[in-house]
Amino acid sequence: MKYTEEHEWLMEEGDLIVVGITEHAAEQLGDVVFVELPEVGTEVSKDEEIVVIESVKAASDILAPLDGEIVEVNEAIVDAPAKVNEDPEGEAWFFKINPSDLSQMDDYMDEAAYKDFIG
Amino acid sequence: MTDLHRTPLYDLHLELGAKMVPFAGYEMPVQYPAGVMKEHLHTRAAAGLFDVSHMGQVLISGSNWEEVASAFETLVPQNVLGLADGRQRYGFFTTPMGGIADDLMFARRGDALFVVINAACKEDDIAHMRANLPASLTIDELDRALIALQGPASEAVLAALDPAAADMRFMDVRALTLDGIEVWASRSGYTGEDGYEISVAPGQATPLARKLLEHTQVEPIGLGARDSLRLEAGLCLYGHDIDTTTTPVEAGLSWAIQTIRRAGGARAGGFPGADIILPQLTAVTERSRVGLLPEGRAPMREGVPLFSDLEGGEPVGHITSGGFGPTVGGPVAMGYLPTDLCAPGTHVFGELRGKRLPLVTTPLPFVAANFKR
Repeated sequence: MKYTEEHEWLMEEGDLIVVGITEHAAEQLGDVVFVELPEVGTEVSKDEEIVVIESVKAASDILAPLDGEIVEVNEAIVDAPAKVNEDPEGEAWFFKINPSDLSQMDDYMDEAAYKDFIG
Repeated sequence: MTDLHRTPLYDLHLELGAKMVPFAGYEMPVQYPAGVMKEHLHTRAAAGLFDVSHMGQVLISGSNWEEVASAFETLVPQNVLGLADGRQRYGFFTTPMGGIADDLMFARRGDALFVVINAACKEDDIAHMRANLPASLTIDELDRALIALQGPASEAVLAALDPAAADMRFMDVRALTLDGIEVWASRSGYTGEDGYEISVAPGQATPLARKLLEHTQVEPIGLGARDSLRLEAGLCLYGHDIDTTTTPVEAGLSWAIQTIRRAGGARAGGFPGADIILPQLTAVTERSRVGLLPEGRAPMREGVPLFSDLEGGEPVGHITSGGFGPTVGGPVAMGYLPTDLCAPGTHVFGELRGKRLPLVTTPLPFVAANFKR
């Protein structure tokens, strides 16, 4: 498991990377009421804004952590955005990406570094 | 945040785990650990306790009620003189251009007028009153805390401490003794729910809040839920839905201008901007405040431009308040549109992240008021 400074988690699943947001991020956002996910098949670039997430408080973006193709999205969190608060590091994953450059994973923190990062 | 003010309940907020944010010059609780959604729903189901001590509380007194009330009528388009002792009204200071300088609650307490004004406006409001009310009147900014208890369980909670609370109707004000603490209470609020606003000496605010929170039905509620509750109730937030550029008629607040102050009334006009506001009462204004329901799930917030068509054209208005309505279970908004687009069921489009998404105009409020009339 790797973590970005944008509070995403990245988990390897075969050739794919599953991406979601951390417990810390979900807690900071507050009650999530709306999620807009990219379309399957979209080619994305690292740091491109690809997800819109709205809580009762505000709208925020989620960035593509890697270059690659979106191969699957979690429609369950579009239908029930509250799942993002209930299980952000499990059931409420956001999308799966087929990375074109797996070495970009090396840019990100491991769990211990992320824990330090969020203090 | 060193130059921010703190209310007398500041330490209690921290103890309750509040997330504090700067608001109108104060450090205020935006939410507690339960979060905005649960706090909102709890208020509509039981009772919520809100710290609104940042608001201004002013007592205007003179030699008799007529002197005080007739002077105040020169600043507001409301019937002040006709207010019975122990009753409260909603009103607003108007500007010479017909705009709204602040909205407020005023109550008659014997021969004096008790006025509650918005935190962000209070310095200007007090300067305005001092400059424009006769020097014979005393204008005291009171050092008191203000606690709102809102929701259907509020009456039972307060009546358990002072049975007289149950005898009050909507907009009644009276002195109560709650667990030995003398307070001034009004049966009012800004959530669309039944409830009370309780003015208390600053040193007794925390003991009173603790006493109220002891009740199983009462939870502390932050500014986040206060905003979603008042939005669902269709109530205006000063500086957002109303300001010096919106007239009371455009804002849908004509109901708060009593007949006696309108053209043909016994005390017609005589307040700033009357020459603009009174004719609007019998005409159709160019624009009006209207409720807006986004048809999708995406919340549309303040500032989102509104268009009459899916493509092209200039904005015809914008959203002044918007967000997710927990009781509605979806996004809700309000804003200004040309009056001919305000008929319920009219489709307009809000531009969000470069896309125009449909909204439908709808009567306010989104959630029916639950007042004890």
